Amino acid sequence: MALTGDQVRWVAHLARLELTEEEFQLFTGQLTRIVDFIDQLQEVKTEGVEPLAHALPIHNVFRPDEPAPSLSVDEALANAPARKGDFYSVPAVLD
Amino acid sequence: MELIEKTAAELRSLMLQGEVNAVQITEAYLQAIRAREPKVQAFLHVDESDAMAQASAIDQKRKHGWQLGPLAGIPVAIKDVLCTKGQVTTCGSKMLQNFIPPYDAHVITRLREADAVLIGKTNMDEFAMGSSTENSAFKTTRNPWDLERIPGGSSGGSAAAVAACEAPLSLGSDTGGSIRQPASLCGIVGMKPTYGRVSRFGLIAFASSLDQIGPFSHDVTDCALLLEVIAGHDRRDSTSVYRPVPPYSKTVHTPVKPLTIGLPREFFDEGLDPEVNACVQEALKVYRSLGATIKDVSLPYSRYAVPVYYIVATAEASSNLARYDGVHYGFRAPDFDSMIHMYSRSRGLGFGKEVKRRIMLGTYALSSGYYDAYYLKALKVRRLIKEDFDRAFAECDVVMGPTSPTPAFRIGEKAENPLAMYLSDIYTISCNLAGIAGISIPCGFTKAGLPVGLQILAGPFEEEKLLRVARMYEAQTDWHLRRPRL
Repeated sequence: MALTGDQVRWVAHLARLELTEEEFQLFTGQLTRIVDFIDQLQEVKTEGVEPLAHALPIHNVFRPDEPAPSLSVDEALANAPARKGDFYSVPAVLD
Repeated sequence: MELIEKTAAELRSLMLQGEVNAVQITEAYLQAIRAREPKVQAFLHVDESDAMAQASAIDQKRKHGWQLGPLAGIPVAIKDVLCTKGQVTTCGSKMLQNFIPPYDAHVITRLREADAVLIGKTNMDEFAMGSSTENSAFKTTRNPWDLERIPGGSSGGSAAAVAACEAPLSLGSDTGGSIRQPASLCGIVGMKPTYGRVSRFGLIAFASSLDQIGPFSHDVTDCALLLEVIAGHDRRDSTSVYRPVPPYSKTVHTPVKPLTIGLPREFFDEGLDPEVNACVQEALKVYRSLGATIKDVSLPYSRYAVPVYYIVATAEASSNLARYDGVHYGFRAPDFDSMIHMYSRSRGLGFGKEVKRRIMLGTYALSSGYYDAYYLKALKVRRLIKEDFDRAFAECDVVMGPTSPTPAFRIGEKAENPLAMYLSDIYTISCNLAGIAGISIPCGFTKAGLPVGLQILAGPFEEEKLLRVARMYEAQTDWHLRRPRL
């Protein structure tokens, strides 16, 4: 099934990826071929098969809620692209 | 034999006998790195003075008569997907080019406690997505056996560093074959432990239900030694399993008898290179001569492992990589019109093509209207793949086959064809989907002198058996003693 340019643009929007025109062209072709390849899964009969999200039978793991040291504000902000005081700085969301 | 060509176990006994000290060992490897890196390019960062400081601290400890850890003075190279406190950790991406983690990964803490010397961070495919290390944002690592060829991936730097004798041990991560495939292509040993055996705390996430950290080494004994150090429960990773770690390094030399080996016919299909097949067949003869029973088994759903993987892994990646938004850490684009535009431009410029392709694929598989047809369908087939292995391990101790369908390919050969690249992991991926343990060990060379790997798979938490089975073969052969001329 060929992916349309519109579909690829929509997925890029959902994924918050700004692509160049060249990338759009490239990915539209490549993703179509990959999705065609993946479509062979449709031939497998899976009625009554439980999905397996995780190989281990792991359920919620609980621990006591005890206070423990964590990163300082400076350590937490050390890698921030922009900082204002003790906060991450981002462009205005509301005018 | 030069110091750098030795195994970690040999270096360790030289240390214990007082023949060498940690500073001398580290110096020898740093010298090898200086001489060989221009050709191999396995490392992204090497901090010589930091490595020497670690080594001299270990020598001081010994001088004072303090007890030394099991890896005392042994250099270990670290895939740049593992966080090292205060040292740049890039994950092979422009997105994290300047990222300095505020903490150590659990396995790094374990290595420090074992008195290992962390000698440098190794190159990798960006965010561990790739099979050749060509997707690194920074450099192209070369296969030490043929510098025109790829070392495999995504842990290509860690594999090449050990193969080139720039470190006796290294750590990688394996989501669909990223330890075993480069180990195979570089002629060394590489293991993916059972999911949950090693804590993923501080491992930069790619696909959380598949990722697992594991060792690279020249031989199986060293693999056991390193696994013993990194394995075990860690409360910071809720999927790390609470069960004792067997003394792998002590039991590794005991053969498994009787031994039943399962041979899945699906691992010997038309895509398999005849020279690779010939090496694997020779290895099976060795096992037969050791009294092993070889049995045909079938893993009928393994043919769907690659399509299942490229849905499950990309879906998980699209979610994991949503955190790179130019706000908390990582790259932020210089110009943008709005908050959303800042996200999408930072991600568009910060990620490389393969990462973007996989985020797109995963987002598509999870998007409204396609979720059932792709993601849910893949999870159902994933269960069928796991049940194939359950049946095989009910009648066999281990399953064997080639690690990779071909020897190392040429740099650039598959760079423009993602699907061809994906198929190079055809024999390794099902192990991650089923969550079982796997190892690749050297089992020969092609006529052109390229290494070939034998893959051995065992059931969940059967690493001890896996290592013993691998060592039985290794003890009869000398492939693991070969070193490339550099």
